[in-house]
Amino acid sequence: MTTRSFGAPITRNEDARLLSGQALFVDDVELPGMLHAAFLRSNVAHARIRSIDVAVARARPGVIAVYTAADLGALWAPGPLLVPPPPIAGIVFNQRTQVPLAKDKVRHVGEPLAVVVAQSRYLAEDALADIAIDLEPLPAVVDLEKAGETDSARVHDDVRGNVAAHVRQFRGNYAAARARADHLIARRFCYDHGASSPIETRGIVASWDGRANQLTVWDTTQAPVFLRNGLAGMLGLSERQVRVIAPFVGGGFGPKIMLFYPEEVVLPWAAMTLNRPIKWIEDRLEHFFATSHERGQTHDAEIALSGDGMILGIKDVFLHDTGAYNPYGLTVPINSQCTLLGPYVVPHYDSTFTAVFTNKPIVTPYRGAGRQHGVFVIERLLDIAARELGIDRAEIRRRNFIPPDAFPYKNDIIYQDFTRLEYDSGDYEPILDKALAAIGYREFLAEEQPRLKAQGRHVGLGIACYVEGTGIGPYEGAKVQVQANGKVSVATGIGTQGQGHFTVFAQIAADQVGVDVRNVDVVTGDTDQFYWGAGTFASRGAVVAGNAVNEAAKVVRTKIIKLAAEHFECAEEDLEIGDGKVSVVGVPGKAVTLGELALKANPMRGAVRPGTEPGLESTQYFGPPSGATASGVHAMIIEIDPLTFMVQVLKYVVVHDCGTIINPLILSGQIHGGVAQGIGNAYYEQLVFDDDGQLLNASLADYLLPTALEVPRMEIVHTVTASPLNPLGIKGAGEAGAIPVGPLFAQAIEDALGLADRKIELNEIPLSPNRMFELTTKSR
Amino acid sequence: MIGRAVSTDSQSADRHDIAVIVNGLQYSRTVESRLLLSDFLRHDLLLAGTHVGCEHGVCGACTVIFDGVPVRSCLMLAAQADGHAIMTVEGLAADRNHLNPLQEAMRDCHGLQCGYCTPGILMTMTAFLDENPAPDEAQVREALSGNLCRCTGYQHIVDAVLLAAERLRSPSP
Amino acid sequence: MKPAPFKYIAARSLDEALALKAEYGDEGRFLAGGQSLVPTLNFRLAQPALVIDINPLAQYAGVAAQGETIRIGALTRYRDLERHPGLAGSLPLIAEALPHIAHPQIRNRGTIGGNLAHADPASELPAIVLALAGRLRAQSQRGERWIAAAEFFTGALTTALESDEMLSEVELPVAPPRSGACFMEVARRRGDFALAGVACTVRLDADGRCAEARIALCNAGDTPILADEAGRSLAGEPINVAAIEQAADLVQGAIDPGGNVHASAEFQRHLAGVLTRRALTTANDRARREH
Repeated sequence: MTTRSFGAPITRNEDARLLSGQALFVDDVELPGMLHAAFLRSNVAHARIRSIDVAVARARPGVIAVYTAADLGALWAPGPLLVPPPPIAGIVFNQRTQVPLAKDKVRHVGEPLAVVVAQSRYLAEDALADIAIDLEPLPAVVDLEKAGETDSARVHDDVRGNVAAHVRQFRGNYAAARARADHLIARRFCYDHGASSPIETRGIVASWDGRANQLTVWDTTQAPVFLRNGLAGMLGLSERQVRVIAPFVGGGFGPKIMLFYPEEVVLPWAAMTLNRPIKWIEDRLEHFFATSHERGQTHDAEIALSGDGMILGIKDVFLHDTGAYNPYGLTVPINSQCTLLGPYVVPHYDSTFTAVFTNKPIVTPYRGAGRQHGVFVIERLLDIAARELGIDRAEIRRRNFIPPDAFPYKNDIIYQDFTRLEYDSGDYEPILDKALAAIGYREFLAEEQPRLKAQGRHVGLGIACYVEGTGIGPYEGAKVQVQANGKVSVATGIGTQGQGHFTVFAQIAADQVGVDVRNVDVVTGDTDQFYWGAGTFASRGAVVAGNAVNEAAKVVRTKIIKLAAEHFECAEEDLEIGDGKVSVVGVPGKAVTLGELALKANPMRGAVRPGTEPGLESTQYFGPPSGATASGVHAMIIEIDPLTFMVQVLKYVVVHDCGTIINPLILSGQIHGGVAQGIGNAYYEQLVFDDDGQLLNASLADYLLPTALEVPRMEIVHTVTASPLNPLGIKGAGEAGAIPVGPLFAQAIEDALGLADRKIELNEIPLSPNRMFELTTKSR
Repeated sequence: MIGRAVSTDSQSADRHDIAVIVNGLQYSRTVESRLLLSDFLRHDLLLAGTHVGCEHGVCGACTVIFDGVPVRSCLMLAAQADGHAIMTVEGLAADRNHLNPLQEAMRDCHGLQCGYCTPGILMTMTAFLDENPAPDEAQVREALSGNLCRCTGYQHIVDAVLLAAERLRSPSP
Repeated sequence: MKPAPFKYIAARSLDEALALKAEYGDEGRFLAGGQSLVPTLNFRLAQPALVIDINPLAQYAGVAAQGETIRIGALTRYRDLERHPGLAGSLPLIAEALPHIAHPQIRNRGTIGGNLAHADPASELPAIVLALAGRLRAQSQRGERWIAAAEFFTGALTTALESDEMLSEVELPVAPPRSGACFMEVARRRGDFALAGVACTVRLDADGRCAEARIALCNAGDTPILADEAGRSLAGEPINVAAIEQAADLVQGAIDPGGNVHASAEFQRHLAGVLTRRALTTANDRARREH
């Protein structure tokens, strides 16, 4: 019998191609007659456009065309609202979305004003310098609080106070809880995330075949199906005339699922207008402006506690920087709002946020998608509470955990998938216990830390808990087919940015259909191969598409057994499936291969019974009723130099529950990568804007991504509480590593430097040696 | 035209004839002065395995081996390659079914996710293991610190390099 | 990020290189390692008319010991310096700084001459050359001259080289007996530019007192800074904790860091003090071991 591959650390099917440089990424697409585009981008954050003169650029040899907003005709329109606001009572939402090329006004540095199409990227960039732009600079809206003042400049002329949205969600009665509290803690927290910075930037190749009436677009998108649908609509084509291919994508992390970026709309239009294929590859400098970020929130939070550290209620009021436009709706701040609750019982909760327009690039989800901000607030509040109440910081968390018999646990407020937040399953104490054991919590605090301190070394420990809603709808689909050569093909609508979909989906199908995982080929990200799907985001790929693959493979399995039973004229119970064939139990040699069955299922001649479908294939869809709740605890020991504030991570432990595990090797890779991004977010990465909205560190030399010397070796421990919401019991895992690292650093550094005794609190992220110097010297 | 994606029609462009050996094969081409070596390899020679991540010498995705040492191809001009020998990721193994020990170790240890930074890392580590056949983890991490990866968190890459070193020192019969 | 158009010539001789530089002046840039120049070309921050590739001039690469001094050709790559036998003994400051300079791939191409001519105030080698009171040889069609390190770095990314001159060689003293040196820096990540860096040498007399101390800093101003007064304050006395403390204070007073996105001027000044204390302590320990 075939070894089951589900759950095994199988090496990846896609690696041979990637390792030999034989995998197609978008910049590898070369088409006859292909032209190259470069975009002229605003170098000021806020300005009225007085005039754009492209005559000289158009005349440059090698330039084929130059377009501005005025040339786009009916194409020019603000992009669609990708995620409408959830149905929350009393919500204020002012939709303002990005445009293909700026007209009248520019609203952030890097906003595109014009596009040059030329014979090479080199020539196109030369022509950018020929374009004469007359901009009337306006005051830039940069600070979140100042943005709301009555005399503030307005990013959108008709939006007073730069209010993109105002949302209040609450349950229970916080005021009453507050009145009963033995202890109140109120603080301001500032959390800044950053630029996802995948090693591959964005890119598009658009090719229009006027004779076949077909548009083909290669795009580094995480949502090829929606891109296809939107482009078809914008360009006046039928969906069947448009093919979007997301090839191998060099890292997504969220910003590649933002849709209808200006370049994505302009390139296909220009390709159709010129009847030539056109390529645009975002360079690294552009990436800092042209691709979305996740940025900052300022929280004024208060927690009401009993004397023994039980949470009675939390109130939080925060400002959220949404950037110049808000096409992605409120996903990020809603995630912050919901994820703040964590794994804890919070009987009364009152959370209000104002999303603020600023003259900066737009904010859309980046790995964690706003959860980091919420987790920072609750974990810091608990740390402060532990200190002020004299309770151990692990103990105060334990006391407030949702008990294991309370699931499904209703949190009642509305989550990013528009359903009422409900945790499907979880068991938090064992996770905490494993983390404490793995980091050596008791021994560290009792022996190791004091011993090292006596030697003059400053070491500290951090521990942080989180809950992550994953695997949300709406749905994904998959088609599984056994081919005449005995191989199995799987097609699904979502793409791949490195998560191993080619392998994990193969594992799921292989086990159902009884073949070796190496005999399953997976096609993703091509709208001609699979028509429907939402995309890869929010830690949902394995859960939603994986389950769709499972459903389709199960149906194929039933078809196989049925057909084999007819073939052998025996009962279905007498058959077993595996090793690529169906055999009769107890009768050696009596077997038929899946390939042979597939041929039988699609005869070239003869009659079939009515109602028979050809082939051994099935297309199925899966849509969970709500998200599956993953959870975990991170623990870390660091050493910090008390004079230079350089940090070294000595030990890092992740205990993680993502339900049933498909491939532990791939899962640990996801966690390592998430933690690395979390470390970057906590201590290295920061987008530094000045008061004019200029980004001061727009290069990889100054936007600091962690290297192999900054990311430690990690120990990962898995626990499993299977999700009851899908037949495979799996939960998402893509973002978990990145979520709790901020509060971990704050806690560990406070611990290492004994900051509590100096009355210094670290209530902001990112931290850095420079910031630590400022915070510790200010207090003197 | 394919293979001439970076040529220009401009008469005034300064061009040079170059002869360069890449992965053991001799190429003769005419290139514009400002053409970057990374673009030359990818779009003139259609060796697209070398990837471009930043064009300012920080990320390391474009690393190739130039006269035996790893260099950033985005920081060299194609014209400088005249008379020199380059190895790219395509030169590491005969084909995708016969990966070399470092490539196999990367697969076995899950040392790649999206694969975009991987060719640069393979070239850096190939040269590193040639000079350091028995490295420890600290040395591997130091050698790796000039290549950025955003997906893996580096741990499995380090495992792969250590495993490759071990296998290269004692190859199975 | 593609460069603007330029003419490229691979110089076949020093004469050719110098003739071209004389003809083009500031519109002609030398291409050595390219690790500083090419990024500026790609960002279009530099748009020279002519790039003169001097990599073919192999005679300007190499390290030659000449008794009490060492001469290093401007085209010597960091990689070759790293592998030069005995570097740790003869030029310990450089040996200690090299692992901090960028990454191996950069060091495989980058040259010492390119680095010094680029004169980034945050760079390690200019501070080291200043600490060692090195001399730099400039050649042009008009002839050649030696420029003292103290006169060579005139401003941020600016040197005393005339627009027709090429840096061809660096001359540095070999570490004398009874001396110790230490290079230390604080950088956000290994290989990044230092937030602050200190290069110091101490030489002891027969009684174990300081005969001479020289302390130079990088990222402490528009140029590398030699903290004269701090160095002189140590001379004639034993290098004890109090003396080091005083020197560190004097260093902090001597520098004028500008601050950047990673470090405020105050933090840079603070780090300069911390590093001076630590580097002097180590240099002194090393000198005493040599004693």
